[in-house]
Amino acid sequence: MFRYYLSLALRSFRRNKPLVGLMILAISLGIGGSMTALTIFTVLSGDPIPQKSDRLFYPQLDPRPMNGYVPGGDPEDQMTRFDVEMLLRDRRGDRQAIMVGGSVSVESKGGDRPFIVTARYTTADFFAMFNTPFRHGAGWAIDDDEGRAQVAVISKTLNDKLFGGGNSVGKTLLVSDQSFRVLGVLDEWRPLPKFYDLTNDRFSEVEQVFIPFWTSQSLTLGIKGNMSCWGDVRSDPEGSRAVNAPCSWLQYWVELDSLEKVESYKQYLTSYSEQQHRAGRFERPTNVRLNGVMEWLDRKGVVPSDVRLQLWVAFGFLLVCLLNTVGLLMATFMRRSSEIGVRRALGASRGAIFTQFLIEAGAIGLIGGFAGLILAQFGVWIVRQQADSYASEVHLGASMLLTTFLLAISVSVIAGLLPAWRAMQVSPSLQLKMQ
Amino acid sequence: MEIYPILASLKRNKIQALLIVLEIALGCAIVSNAVFMIGQRMERMNRPTGMANEEIIRINVGGLAEGSNPGSVVRQDLANLRSIPGVKAATSLNHVPMDGASWDSSINISNDQTTPSLSAGVYLGEDIVNTLGLNIAEGRNFIAEDYVDWEGFNAQATDLRISSVIITREMAQRLFPGESAIGKQIYSWNPDNSPHRVVGVVERLIRPNDNGGSSAVGYSMLLPMKDVTMGRFALRTDPGRRKEVEQAAIALLESASSRRIILQHASFSDVMRDYYRKDRSMAWLLGVLMILLLTVTSLGIFGLVSFWVSQRTKQIGIRRALGATRMQVLRYFQLENFILATFGIVVGMIGAYGINLLLMNHYELERLPMLYLPFGAITLWIIGQLAVYSPARRATLVSPAVATQSI
Repeated sequence: MFRYYLSLALRSFRRNKPLVGLMILAISLGIGGSMTALTIFTVLSGDPIPQKSDRLFYPQLDPRPMNGYVPGGDPEDQMTRFDVEMLLRDRRGDRQAIMVGGSVSVESKGGDRPFIVTARYTTADFFAMFNTPFRHGAGWAIDDDEGRAQVAVISKTLNDKLFGGGNSVGKTLLVSDQSFRVLGVLDEWRPLPKFYDLTNDRFSEVEQVFIPFWTSQSLTLGIKGNMSCWGDVRSDPEGSRAVNAPCSWLQYWVELDSLEKVESYKQYLTSYSEQQHRAGRFERPTNVRLNGVMEWLDRKGVVPSDVRLQLWVAFGFLLVCLLNTVGLLMATFMRRSSEIGVRRALGASRGAIFTQFLIEAGAIGLIGGFAGLILAQFGVWIVRQQADSYASEVHLGASMLLTTFLLAISVSVIAGLLPAWRAMQVSPSLQLKMQ
Repeated sequence: MEIYPILASLKRNKIQALLIVLEIALGCAIVSNAVFMIGQRMERMNRPTGMANEEIIRINVGGLAEGSNPGSVVRQDLANLRSIPGVKAATSLNHVPMDGASWDSSINISNDQTTPSLSAGVYLGEDIVNTLGLNIAEGRNFIAEDYVDWEGFNAQATDLRISSVIITREMAQRLFPGESAIGKQIYSWNPDNSPHRVVGVVERLIRPNDNGGSSAVGYSMLLPMKDVTMGRFALRTDPGRRKEVEQAAIALLESASSRRIILQHASFSDVMRDYYRKDRSMAWLLGVLMILLLTVTSLGIFGLVSFWVSQRTKQIGIRRALGATRMQVLRYFQLENFILATFGIVVGMIGAYGINLLLMNHYELERLPMLYLPFGAITLWIIGQLAVYSPARRATLVSPAVATQSI
């Protein structure tokens, strides 16, 4: 029966070209817009590290003074240097790392003018914790952290630019006029969003060079991010970056491989916070948090509100297209009242008529889906022309393709429900009389 | 024109009438909000900065502070920049607004407050008022004695204090409502929490970014700092000479040291344009969407009404046979569409407010002003009439003889 209904539908399309064309236009516009918005939203709201996101956590403390305290408020977004160094020393997680963004000038030995790149100052566990893929070499060891070794891991992009893409392990890199030895070269790695540091551009590529944290501080390399201070920073030569500075500017991530470890780490944070309170460093009541990756992204509202708004706007437009398709389907079906009457008179049940027209609506949806896919590709192309940092990562994947067709067919079948129901009510005798 | 027959006929074709009403309602609700959102974005893009936007160039330099005496390096740079023909004023500062960086400080008006009075954007540099083209509304600009050396201020165990501050009018009104802010004291940046005295009030200076939300966008303050060594320079020149001055300045800054890197350079109006890129895209998107939506709605109504007319040829024929003129038939359908559109628009207005409330709760949007509703109403009335014209004209061509054909 399905093939018969399909052939009936195709025959009706041939006879009714303008109406069918209008419907396909309406559906394809609605689908094209929705799929473009949905693709952008999916790219930005996805899990940046799916194989591990349930084991990575971002702890928060509240080291700020009572001035400005609001009960039930959020703890501080980032940590002070004192706190991260203490947490790292205690090593209560399976892996943990301090990190902060930076900006340095680099050049290869004997190269041309230096140029500025983004940097990340971190500790040894960073690479194993985030499963960073290596093209050559590996990260540094804990000894390099403590020994303030001048070693670095560079990105594939930087390796291509400075060393022609070859194995540069062991070669020298000049970072802000200091000699560094390359220990490793990362392969293509682009977690989207760049979840481990939400203070800089959240959707950009990863940093070009990774340097041990204490090395960067002893060389006073430039930092890039948010620096929030609540007290005097001038009493120390290192200023706001001193160990005891009343400033939060560092991120800290910890890997915890089981639920029990998560619970015990939370307790550890609480007792650490209380200990700092007793020592007089923390003034506020204990307010600690341990966020999972997706929880942290959600809390910080990583998907720009404009993108979410565009998604709603696109779906609103799809609703308008759906509604107008209902009217057009009604017109298409009811136009053939005499045909329905003949079929009913020949023995077709109401249900058969209903099915026939639903399948016709679905067929229109399928064609509309194809056209909508083309429009969505066009829409995605326009998005990629924008200068947003994530623009290059927006493309219609296989799951999006499937979603397009499912959405198109569902929309048109839903739109066809009312018209098909009306069609099945057509009384055969009335139609036969009016020949 | 009798309304009753129209309403009676609608009652017998409830579903189709309801469809048209809903199509118009949804269209009206979305269009009203879309136009409003476009208006909001344009309003945001037109926010006054308080600066002479067209006269300013900003250049960010990296590798500046390396070396033994960054302060004297900056002094030399500024002397060189000020000697470029066409440069009216030049300064080294922490940032211009809308350039990706933001320095903020919480402000207290007394030393024993538990919560800050507000948070303001902080601009540090020499002669920012003249370089950015700000208007002093009250009091005075900074004088030579006010200025504190940047490197000296940041030195360990310094005894330098910033004694003066210039704030914006909005900030003055918020901190000291109803009185003059001149001479008042605020607490913000001094290491021992000694106060700054307000010596001047500028009409307006926009904050560096959206920190603090839209109500706090006018809270800015200027601190008198000399020879800031962050590598961010601003120049003021005539709008027509910006390109040449920019080139000259870049050449000059690059020549000072081979270790220098010019990070970004542009006119401030380009910086602004870049900052508002997302708002422009959103406005365009909403505009295109509105046009598509109205197109789809009018096509939908056109299709439905065409069919409806073809269903009612018998009625039309009878009316013509009983003496109705072609014009009366046309008017009948136009009036019928107008009534349906009116119902739709009324429902649409309510829907518009509903959508607006949803958007207000989830996105920073304001309440839809009444002004936008007539716009949606008129648009949809016009769309409806346009869509119905062609089918209605076809209806007038139905011959009265149809009435006498088969029953």
